[in-house]
Amino acid sequence: MVKMIICVVAYLILAPLIGGLLAGIDRKISARMQGRVGPSILQPFYDVLKLLEKEKITVNRVQDFYIACFFLFVIVTGCMFFAGQSLLMVMFTLTLASVFLIVAAFSSNSPYAQVGAEREMLQMMAYEPMVLIACVGFYMYTGSFDVYDIMETPHMPVVYLCGIFVGFVFILTIKFRKAPFDLSMSHHAHQELVGGLKTEFSGSTLAMVEAAHWYENVFLLGMVFLFFSNGEISGIIVGLVVCLAAYFLEILIGNSFARMKWQVALNSSWLVALILGGCNLFALIFIG
Amino acid sequence: MSTILFLIGFPLLVAIVLLVLKEDRARDVVVKASAAVIAAAAIYFVARNVGSGEEFYVVPHAETIGTVMMAIEVCLALVIIVLGIQKKRYLAPVLSIIQTPLMIWFELKEGHHIDVEYAMYIDRLGMIMVLIVGIVGSLIAVFATGYMKDFQAHQKGKDRRPWFFFLIFLFLAAMFGLVMSNNLIWMYFFWEITSLVSFFMIGYNGLFHKEEEEDKIATRNAFRALVMNLGGGLGFAIGIVLLGMNFETLELSNMILLGQMGQPVFIVAMFLAFAGITKSAQMPFNSWLLGAMVAPTPVSALLHSSTMVKAGVFLILKLAPVLSGNLAGTMVYLVGGITFLMASFAAISQSNAKRVLAYSTVANLGLIVTCGGIGTPAAVWAGTLLLIFHAITKSLLFLCVGTAEHHIGSRDIEDMDGLFDRMPKLAACMLIGIAGMFLAPFGMLISKWATMVTFVDAGNPLLILIICFGSAATAFYWSKWMGKLAAIVANRDNVETTVHGSESFVHVTLTCLVVLVCICFPFVSKTMIVPYLAGKTVFGQTIDKLPLENSNMMVMVIMVAVLVLLFAFFFGRTKKRIVPIYMAGVNQGDNLTFEDSMFQPKPVSLRNWYMESYFGEFKMNVIGVVTTSVVILGFIGMVVGALIGYGGM
Repeated sequence: MVKMIICVVAYLILAPLIGGLLAGIDRKISARMQGRVGPSILQPFYDVLKLLEKEKITVNRVQDFYIACFFLFVIVTGCMFFAGQSLLMVMFTLTLASVFLIVAAFSSNSPYAQVGAEREMLQMMAYEPMVLIACVGFYMYTGSFDVYDIMETPHMPVVYLCGIFVGFVFILTIKFRKAPFDLSMSHHAHQELVGGLKTEFSGSTLAMVEAAHWYENVFLLGMVFLFFSNGEISGIIVGLVVCLAAYFLEILIGNSFARMKWQVALNSSWLVALILGGCNLFALIFIG
Repeated sequence: MSTILFLIGFPLLVAIVLLVLKEDRARDVVVKASAAVIAAAAIYFVARNVGSGEEFYVVPHAETIGTVMMAIEVCLALVIIVLGIQKKRYLAPVLSIIQTPLMIWFELKEGHHIDVEYAMYIDRLGMIMVLIVGIVGSLIAVFATGYMKDFQAHQKGKDRRPWFFFLIFLFLAAMFGLVMSNNLIWMYFFWEITSLVSFFMIGYNGLFHKEEEEDKIATRNAFRALVMNLGGGLGFAIGIVLLGMNFETLELSNMILLGQMGQPVFIVAMFLAFAGITKSAQMPFNSWLLGAMVAPTPVSALLHSSTMVKAGVFLILKLAPVLSGNLAGTMVYLVGGITFLMASFAAISQSNAKRVLAYSTVANLGLIVTCGGIGTPAAVWAGTLLLIFHAITKSLLFLCVGTAEHHIGSRDIEDMDGLFDRMPKLAACMLIGIAGMFLAPFGMLISKWATMVTFVDAGNPLLILIICFGSAATAFYWSKWMGKLAAIVANRDNVETTVHGSESFVHVTLTCLVVLVCICFPFVSKTMIVPYLAGKTVFGQTIDKLPLENSNMMVMVIMVAVLVLLFAFFFGRTKKRIVPIYMAGVNQGDNLTFEDSMFQPKPVSLRNWYMESYFGEFKMNVIGVVTTSVVILGFIGMVVGALIGYGGM
């Protein structure tokens, strides 16, 4: 119980700091890859603080409420995860949060936001099977959906879940909103959809979307970490290193590709889920 | 016993009264009052029996009742034959000519010697069905009083509402009978009655009309539904004959007990489950349910989503203990699983709200069927939860769409944008209903979660993949509908003032029920489902591990409460200045038009994705129908082949 409270409080306080720093590092590395100097590592924090001081405007009476709910439930998702709750419950709560974001975009009835929302739904449909298969994989290997139980396994789950791990890293590109699958919105200016999903969000509302993204990224890296935890210090070190490596890989992918069509996102994610995830599940049952 | 008689007899009596009552006001009063009485009787009945759990009833004059039923069956067969010949549709009469004599021969020749001790019985699963039929059914009847006034106003030709309400109440009586029958011949009788009511309801605008007023599609779809359900009925009849000839019993409870003792009753169960599959519109028979959407919306809500199609899954869940781990069970879960996946995909390509609801119904029934086929206590637990949540949520959604259609003139989801401005209350109910279908922490998601855990525990990778992909598709089609409703479109008039009081009353009540059941489902599980599973004629042992832990259930309940409070206190309040949306600088200021390249104002129009090339209805149906047909033919063929080979069981 004490462990649970410490973890949750740590997540609440540290996640935005780590998430923001990672975003700053992302921008720095990306800039270097593109031959630019790039902004300060603390730039994401300056951006968000500036957003908070913008004029208070909105396009309708309900949009900001939906975004607040999105923010709240992203945080709840992370808290559940770090409190050691059931993985499936964590994922379903994340879906709830995502639907709030989509509904917020729809509510503006703005062309750019709505096309972004449609693409966001498509992305959800693309990554969801792989995410669920990952949860099931953990359960089949460890006999429990609970995060704390999974962390106590004597061997690193990744040994038996290697297919699922690769598949999960694949769909992380969608979740981190990196090219080639940054269909619904991205940080870059060079896109056809203006801000996509977030076109109509501004000021403190947009700040909330950004902060939610930091919270979500830390939680997602927590999922990556879970593949390597074995209840020992070695697992923690390997896990953290792999998390950083995965993050770097996503930055690299993001800078190496142009945005692709939505068909590619759906086809490839589902194929990966079916082949890597599916075969891994069959293997797990075969091994018993 | 007297309450049972009342539950069946009273709706029957009301039905006959309504058939002769031609006056609007009087009909309203009778329908509303008797709906209240039926709901109260159902609640009273369950409250009194829930403590003891299982009750068996010796029905007095069972012989006479049986004979009367037989006579009615013959009359109904004659009706089908005459109507079929009149409308030049001969398959239904042929099926009738096969199965009615088969049943009569069996009852007179063989069934006569078989002693049926308890013709009726009730257990907690039956009680859940009684509550659903009693409460949801009566609410829909009340809704229909207002709805059918608007419906009639849109129709030419004579007022057939007495016939409509007669059928509704007749149906309620038959459903009560069905869920409480232990004598399979009685259950078969009620089963056929519900099939016929469904047939008449689908053909409401066609069967008895003059040539020029007839809605040809209604007639065609009615016969399609009838043929498929008669086919299922034939399976039911064969099951009964096999059971009686080989095991000398006609009681459902005895059949389960025999199965527990290791007797090969799964062969019988296979035929009964086949009947369940047709009734629940599983692939390859799903087309009848899609066609049934031509019926008035209260019928879709009552028969084709919340109760009649549930009779199929009810029977399959009852049979679950004898389906676990054998050929029959494998057939059932394969059919259910494939149906769930294909119907969920097909729903993406639909823009007609009723068809989306229909596909979603087929898909969710598929999940329940799969649970029954797996046949472990945990699976039945999950299936029962699905059954409860689906009945309430889906009837709410159907009724919302029905009302919306009469007021915005369309049932197309694309025409529902900005419904929040035009019909705020209705849109709120609809949104809650949709959330209830696929989002945590609401009922359907919770039960789907439980289903997933049972699939994993059953160690079946195929089913795991099916539910993972199916869930992703489910979230897609619901959230795009939700988005359409939530869009705030400027300058829309409120058209909600003309909604009948009875309709909004039912919307609000059902919405409250959706939320309420989410909050008290751990209680329902503890007092109804878990004790049911431990029953002597079910699994006979207490379930050791529920698919969901208690702590998880509590978290879900708390989340429901938090969501309700958030919406109650913060929704729609803002101090910010409202500004126009971004349209690349050419917004004309009203958010509805932009300036085009010829400097002319052009209206904005936004449409959802349907992904026809991926999830086209035809393609999904072909794949689903072919694979499930192969499964059913293969498995039944195997069993029949073995039977012939060994010369009996």
